[in-house]
This record gives sequence, C-alpha cells and structure tokens, in this order.
Amino acid sequence: MYPRRLVLLSVLLLLCALGYLFTDVKGSLEFALMFRGKKLAALLLISASQAVAAVMFQTISGNRILTPSIMGFDALYVLILTTAVVFLGAPTYQRLDSGLLMLANATLMCGAAILLFGLLLRRGRDDLMRMLLTGVVLAVMLRSVTGLMQRVIDPNEYAVVQAASFARFARAETDLLGVSAALCLVALAFAWRMRHRLDVLALGPVVSTSLGEPPLKGQRWALLLISVLVSVSTALVGPVAFFGLLVSALTYMVLPTYRHAVLLPGSALIAGVILVGGQWALERVFSFSTPLSVVVEFLGGLVFLLLLLKGLKR
Amino acid sequence: MIEVHNLTYRIADAPILTDISLRVPLGGIVALIGPNGAGKSTLLSLMARLLPLQQGRITVDELTVGQSDDRELARRLAILPQTMHATSRLTVRDLVSFGRYPYHRGRPTKEDRSLVEEGLGLFELSAMADRSLDTLSGGQRQRAFVAMTYVQDTNYVLLDEPLNNLDLAASRSLMVRLRELADAKGRTIIIVLHDINVATAYADRVLVMKDGRLCGDGAPRDVVTPELIKDVFETDATLRVVDGRPVVLA
Ligand SMILES: Nc1ncnc2c1ncn2[C@@H]1O[C@H](COP(=O)(O)OP(=O)(O)O)[C@@H](O)[C@H]1O
Ligand SMILES: [Mg+2]
Repeated sequence: MYPRRLVLLSVLLLLCALGYLFTDVKGSLEFALMFRGKKLAALLLISASQAVAAVMFQTISGNRILTPSIMGFDALYVLILTTAVVFLGAPTYQRLDSGLLMLANATLMCGAAILLFGLLLRRGRDDLMRMLLTGVVLAVMLRSVTGLMQRVIDPNEYAVVQAASFARFARAETDLLGVSAALCLVALAFAWRMRHRLDVLALGPVVSTSLGEPPLKGQRWALLLISVLVSVSTALVGPVAFFGLLVSALTYMVLPTYRHAVLLPGSALIAGVILVGGQWALERVFSFSTPLSVVVEFLGGLVFLLLLLKGLKR
Repeated sequence: MIEVHNLTYRIADAPILTDISLRVPLGGIVALIGPNGAGKSTLLSLMARLLPLQQGRITVDELTVGQSDDRELARRLAILPQTMHATSRLTVRDLVSFGRYPYHRGRPTKEDRSLVEEGLGLFELSAMADRSLDTLSGGQRQRAFVAMTYVQDTNYVLLDEPLNNLDLAASRSLMVRLRELADAKGRTIIIVLHDINVATAYADRVLVMKDGRLCGDGAPRDVVTPELIKDVFETDATLRVVDGRPVVLA
C-alpha cells in the first residue's frame, strides 16, 4: 500500500539530510560532517521516536487527538529527573554515568506510565472528552509539581534540570547518542513487530478481544514501548508538546490506510522530513534565530485546535 | 458446548448476576431475553471475556475462559459488536479479512484469502468489497461484521442486541442469515434480543433472565407464555398464537 509515497518520502528525507550535512560548510569538511552527523542522527532518532510513539498511542487510545506528550508523558519524564536531582543532589547526580542515568530514568518512566496511563485508558476509552481533560490536567499537574520542585532547589541543581525542561532541536545532547540509539532502536523494532497487533487493536476492544488480541495486554505492551521512546526523545531534546500530533495528523492525510506496516515507517519519515528539513532551512538557508521548536510547536498547536474543534462539532 | 458454572458477578457489592449455570450444546440459535437491567449484557460479556470473571467458571469446548490462550479461544468463539465507530480507512474486504487474523496473525495465506472471498460472496458483499465501511448503510455494515465472524470460522458466535439500529428489512435479513449459519454450517449462535417476537420466530431455545438470575429456559412456545409477560416483563401485553407461534401484541 502506497509504496510510491513511502519511496517519495524517503527520497525527500535523504535530500533534507544531505542538505543539512553539506550546505554552507566553513572550514574542515571532516569536522563539520562529524559534528553535523551526530546532530543529524539525534534528529532522526527523535523523529522516529516521537512519530511512532504518537501513532501507537493514538491507536491504543482510539482517537486522533491525544498524543503521549499532550497526555503528559514527557512531563512525567522531567518530573522523574527533577526528583532524582533533588534527592541525590546535583553533584552526585552529575557524577553518575549519564547513559546509566538515562536507562534508570527510562525504566522508572515505563513503570509510572503503565500505572498512570494504563488506568486512564481503561477508564476513559469511550469518552474522549473525559480522557482529554484528565490527560491535560494530569500534564499540567506533573508540570506544576516539577516547577515547584525546581523552584525550591538551589541554583546549581536548577541548572542541571533546566536543560531537560525545554525543547532544543539545535542543541541535542549528542553525548547520550549511543545509549539513546540502542534503546530507541530496540523499542522501534518491537513496535514494528507489533504492527499487525496494532491493526487489530485499532478496531476497538470488542472486535480485538473477539480476534484474540485482548486490549489490556496490547495496551500495556504499547505503553512500555511508548515510554521508552518518549524518554529517549525527551532526554535528547527536552519535551515537545505538539510535534507528535503534527506528525500523526500529516501521516493520516498522506497515508490514508489502517495498516501500521505503512503508518509506522511513514510517520517516522514524515517526522524526519519536518525536523531535519526544518532545521536545515532555519539554520542554514534562512539563518533564522527562531528555534525550530517554536515553529513546530506553533504548527502542532494549530493542528491540535483544529482537530479539537472538528471533534467537538461531531 | 459452552458451559457456565455457578457464575456470580457483582459491581460494588451490588449483585448483577447470581449463581447462573447453563449449558449450550453445539448448533442452533439461543435467544437471551429479559427486561432491561436483567444482566443479559453482563452474562454475554463474561462469556465473551470482555469482563473479567469474579466467581464461577465458563468453558468453551475444552477451553476455559480466563485461562486458555486468547488466540485459541478466538478460533472457537466470536463476538459480533453492536456498533463500531466505522473508520473510512477500512474497506469491507479489509474488515472481513480480519476474521482470519486468529489463524494467520497478520500473514494471510492463499487459503485465508480465498475464504475471505467466499465469505464476501456468501453475504452478497462482493460488489461492495472495496467500498469503505463508512459509506455503507447500517444493515450493510452489520452484514460485513457477520461475514467477518463467518470467516473466523468459530463454533460459537455471541451477539448483543444486534438489531438495535436496523430497520425491519435489515433485521429480518440478519436473522435469516444467522438462521442459515446455524442450519447449514452448524454454528451456535447466542443472541440477546429485546423483541420477544423475533426470539420466538428465529430461536431454537429461549433463555429468560430477570434480576441477574435465569428464570426460564426452553423452546420458544413453552417459555413465552402470558405468565412470562406478566411476571418477568411486568406488563399486561396480550399474547396471541399466530400460525402456531406465540406473538406478543405490544
Ligand atoms: N458499570 C456499571 N456500574 C454499575 N452498574 C452496572 C454497570 N453495568 C451494568 N450495571 C448494572 O447491571 C445490571 C445489569 O446490566 P446489563 O447486563 O447491561 O443488563 P441488560 O443487558 O439485561 O439490560 C443493571 O442493573 C445495570 O444497572
Ligand atoms: Mg444490554
């Protein structure tokens, strides 16, 4: 299904990546390529994570408006991180191996997400508005608790957590790239293996139970993968609220199919084109000082409002 | 055979089902009737494993609900949903193809595909096989779902008030098809019906429920009596015998 569109998207992404790597190189090409190559890898990882997490979440929650970020997944990540800094103290925290820390954070995140969002999904699946409200309130609450903690800690500690609290595509944490890539690729591989199950889960709880795919099991498994993907992406660039939504909405438009075998890779490609292409255009072509996150969040926010208004009318 | 042993179900200490036991052997249509709130949907949902069991046991042939593999159960027992938010991404053929999922888990074989085409033909869906579900009428969509459970090839099919959104023609056509499935293919159909007349017209056996208990079980003409109308449904509608079959005059 839609092989031409997938090929087209791949070519587009390749062009963006080449453009990002080779435009406007000053000084040593080798150095620039290595530096930019790492950035590019980070951007690609984030794209794939955010896209696949958003599409999977929308499938298991049975709607097209909610994404992990809107429901507060990345807020949960930042909260866990802040709590760790507060309890361990900044010096101890910074002495710990950053890769190990990320693994630990991702693990905690998986547990917390399954508890919190598993419950939410079970109670609210048939009632979109209720789930939306609970999710948004939950996200605000998580952010406020985080904010409160960040206010009471001392400035040194604050500097440590602050980096994790804002989106920054241009300055992705490339020193975490190795662990991130490993975690992310494993999660993506499992998501890919789940593609047929996701097709069935999308049919709703009754039909998927009838077909031997109990929704609770599938949801738990998907939430696990989503938590890993969101943790990785948040660790690399910080929280992004509406990027996933922008990507998933575009994906359903460009690839109108129910098959996750197409939706998952398609959404990752679209996300890559937006991030890499956007970063290239902003950094090199327009030499804008506007961070890409602002543009992406603005567009994504717009999509969110449009979908919400459409959903309310129906 | 589906066997229900001493099934009890509570919600927040309120008894919804109390000590229900029953056996449904292979073949035929069993109608489940009773006033609103009697617990029909709850009983069906427990058999369908849509709700977790609290007390009691349900077995489907040699499989035990809640213990046996979900995939194996899916080859024995299918559930026909009342409605599904139809997505425009799904064509009729896509939906019917899902019926084979318990067998191929996403990798359909040639045999799976030919069974799907057979199902489409049998339910007169071939002409609209490539139309998306949300362009169909309620009756056509329901037919697509029945075709899906047909290709799922299970001994048992559970349906909860499938006639709710259907007009007279679509209701009759659905019941006639279910009758065919039972007669020609030996399937067992357990169906919740709120219209007693539909139950007497199409079912082989009627189960009556009230207040979470089974209070009647037998052939339609033996079960549907003036006493049933008065005591179970608590109304005084008249019962007439038309063409040898009891008919409730609403
Ligand atoms: N989620 C629920 N919370 C509380 N009571 C419920 C719930 N679901 C069903 N009930 C109660 O259980 C009883 C049986 O419901 P149900 O099985 O849907 O009956 P029927 O399908 O025969 O109309 C009713 O009295 C209903 O009020
Ligand atoms: Mg009911």
